Amino acid sequence: MTMFQKNIQELAAGLTAGEYSSEELTRHFLERIEKYDSQLNSVITLTAEAALADARAADQRRKDGQSTPLTGIPYLHKDIFCTQGVRTSCGSRMLDNFEAPYNATVTQKLKDAGAVMLGKTNMDEFAMGSSNETSFYGPVKNPWDQARVPGGSSGGSAAAVAARLAPLSTGTDTGGSIRQPAALCGITGIKPTYGRVSRYGMIAFASSLDQAGAFATSAADAAQLLEIMSGFDERDSTSIDRPVESYSDFLANDLSGLKIGLPREFFSEGLDAGVGAAVEAATDELKKLGAEIKQISLPNSGLAVPAYYVVAPAECSSNLSRMDGVRFGYRCEDPKDLEDLYVRSRGEGFGAEVKRRIMIGTYALSAGYYDAYYLKAQQVRRLIRDDFAAAFQDVDIILGPTAPGTAFKLGEKSDDPVSMYLSDIYTIAVNLAGLPGMSVPCGIVDGLPAGLQLIGNYFDEGRLLNVAHQYQQVSDWHQQIPAGFA
Amino acid sequence: MEWEVVIGLEIHSQLATRSKIFSGASTAYGAAPNTQACAVDLGLPGVLPVLNAEVVGMAAKFGLATHSTVAQRSVFARKNYFYPDLPKGYQISQFELPVVHDGYIDIDLENGDSKRIGITRAHLEEDAGKSLHEDFHGETGIDLNRAGTPLLEIVSEPDMRSPAEAVAYMKKIHALVRYLEICDGNMQEGSFRCDANVSIRPQGQEEYGTRAEIKNINSFRFVERAINYEIERQIDVIESGGKVVQETRLYDADKNETRSMRSKEEANDYRYFPDPDLLPLELDQAFIDAVAKTLPELPDAKRDRFMQEFDLSRYDAGVLTASRELAEYFEKTVAAAGGEGKLSANWVMGELSGLLNKEGKDITESPVGPDMLGGMLQRITDGTISGKIAKQVFEAMWAGEGDADAVIEKKGLKQITDTGAIEAIVREVLENNPKQIEQYKAGQEKLMGYFVGQVMKATQGKANPGEVNKILKQLLAG
Repeated sequence: MTMFQKNIQELAAGLTAGEYSSEELTRHFLERIEKYDSQLNSVITLTAEAALADARAADQRRKDGQSTPLTGIPYLHKDIFCTQGVRTSCGSRMLDNFEAPYNATVTQKLKDAGAVMLGKTNMDEFAMGSSNETSFYGPVKNPWDQARVPGGSSGGSAAAVAARLAPLSTGTDTGGSIRQPAALCGITGIKPTYGRVSRYGMIAFASSLDQAGAFATSAADAAQLLEIMSGFDERDSTSIDRPVESYSDFLANDLSGLKIGLPREFFSEGLDAGVGAAVEAATDELKKLGAEIKQISLPNSGLAVPAYYVVAPAECSSNLSRMDGVRFGYRCEDPKDLEDLYVRSRGEGFGAEVKRRIMIGTYALSAGYYDAYYLKAQQVRRLIRDDFAAAFQDVDIILGPTAPGTAFKLGEKSDDPVSMYLSDIYTIAVNLAGLPGMSVPCGIVDGLPAGLQLIGNYFDEGRLLNVAHQYQQVSDWHQQIPAGFA
Repeated sequence: MEWEVVIGLEIHSQLATRSKIFSGASTAYGAAPNTQACAVDLGLPGVLPVLNAEVVGMAAKFGLATHSTVAQRSVFARKNYFYPDLPKGYQISQFELPVVHDGYIDIDLENGDSKRIGITRAHLEEDAGKSLHEDFHGETGIDLNRAGTPLLEIVSEPDMRSPAEAVAYMKKIHALVRYLEICDGNMQEGSFRCDANVSIRPQGQEEYGTRAEIKNINSFRFVERAINYEIERQIDVIESGGKVVQETRLYDADKNETRSMRSKEEANDYRYFPDPDLLPLELDQAFIDAVAKTLPELPDAKRDRFMQEFDLSRYDAGVLTASRELAEYFEKTVAAAGGEGKLSANWVMGELSGLLNKEGKDITESPVGPDMLGGMLQRITDGTISGKIAKQVFEAMWAGEGDADAVIEKKGLKQITDTGAIEAIVREVLENNPKQIEQYKAGQEKLMGYFVGQVMKATQGKANPGEVNKILKQLLAG
């Protein structure tokens, strides 16, 4: 078994046993990126030299007996996290020239753990998109079929791990941006409870919804990465002061007696039959493991997408105001006055989808419309949260499909924003409620991966990872490597 | 037509914290441009605000001192607009739910009455940076040192009916924030400034007229002048058949005029919404009670106490409590003067204030401290010097010639109280003025003053005036 086929535990064991050094391991993945990424376009900025230096430092640290489970393990970092001295573009022309002068809390935690950053991954511009087609750096291709999208917005991170260009990657999820690409690329992705991972240094899209999380090829690996990323941060007022559990300790728990709820709204019209069947088969596997399946209802699910497309654009319209061409980022040539500076810098620096959302959000917040849109959407949000709270009275976790279908073709939905927005129909409500959710590969439909979504109660990441891990003990979908990358 | 003016003030009071409201950068005034602006103040991508707990206590203090409600739950909101010195493209402020609301203060009017002015609300917000239009050859420089400085914006009800009332209100709030030690009150540095909402209506009409908002007035004198100008302008507009438009105006102190900045139509739609980066601010009663315990004696209470304890008039007590420093100086003086409240008040408000004003000094910069002044006052009460000689002593102390005893000693200013010595001088004066004695005896009794004057002249003012009078009367009668 070569290095890219190993899981984190095996890689760490190999490092400890001296079978290979972190430098060799890092070189191995850098070579894979060199070899394959021209096909996928998953990486915006490769930081090979810094990675090798970090790897050597990690090797020394391991020798000194100071290592953590991630010391010397390479990972790719979504280009939304500020990394000191490295371009942090957020997939936008606006920040193409922006070298962050500081590290995001997540970046720093990974650095402190000794993880080795290989580079920054491609993403939808400012995380706005479900296909990775809105990136200034061009679309990312799905390693299972390069005519198809990897999902978004964390498309680069998902495609790279699916193609085994890195064993781990980071992502962010505002409406499904970790779970949906994980599903479309056939890997494991987890978005924890809102407030579990610090947002400091993570470029904001919609602050009340954004949450960082992890991609890996298995739940066990994702648990390791998430554990390092999580924790209270006094620099983020919305992060929650609560100790981080050791997620790996939950993995082996027995599922007997676990109550799993299937919301009927997630299995209705609009769900691809093949994906539905894969989810059903996975449900049967869980039943065999001792879980008890219950039908439940989340009656306000249908309101999630419309509420989201008021709240998220409203917040982004304000969050992106700082991109004004004054202090950093893109500035138009020869502005003739202040207004011209603003209009052209923003007009030229932002792509179409970002502009669309800024306009929707500006409209939703404007005088006379605020009550009808923003306030109403916040009320809907409360209803959705209440739906979940009621459901969790009866069940331990909620299960359904991650996305309504498998990966769609590049360009297929680009001209139809609403159909694009509906690809997040099952994931969005989870962000509105602030709950943890994850996606686990549960089948291959016509050659493309299907994803199973698990939703937990607040701070129940351990239980989600436990269920996913137990399922991965009796399935091998997560071990499938797309042809051409093996 | 008789017009009535209606005025409301929005006072921006910079809170005296060491660091900014949402970042750890320093708030010290006068540093080189952009040296006190961290990543958060610069609004870099990814940064987040964290509330400085100190400002919350300060806002609560203000609320408690103005009989306001200190909200158990308030919310930070974003006020969105583009300007180069506003790094994030929005200002974090409070909108629907401010931390302090529904209070009042009482102001003293010139005619001796007092008037209650309502405080609608006071909310926390961050200041913007500064745009520097000079020295950049057609370009604009931005200094973000001030960006993120904490402000308490205090909004009054439209309860004031004259520029004088507006000034009295502003002075009262100024005194209050300094008593509370939540603002240094420095108006030159912009730590305390106000916007005035001014409208007029025919005397007796209930409905308000259309108002104009005059921005950024940074002195008591300018408030009065700007409002006066604005009243005249509005009367002119209406009386010449026009209509006052709702707009924002800027006061130009050099030209003493206000001019239009933008009309209501041009006004920004600020698209306020709750800031998702900050949790609602929740204060429990225990916190508010703890803050209440830290409140100092406030100006009104101090004034009332001075009136009672030192038997002062309301006016005098009001003047002496106008600032915490002056009140402290006064009380220390009284203590050093052995409890002589009235005498101390006369000297502090008279001689001392006169010299301070003349030299443009603050009470804290007085060369004569309260102990020195009180010591001198004791020499008046114990008869060592007369009130008249005391002025000489005071001036010498002011000039740095030592304390009262040293000055009296050095200059030989001790009052002559020895009756024998005074009598000798009186006899001498009478011997030299036989003609006046005749006239006096003929009924011109006002010549008594002349004799006293002559005696004082001969003693360089040091003779005890009471003794002089007594002896003169005796001898003239004899």
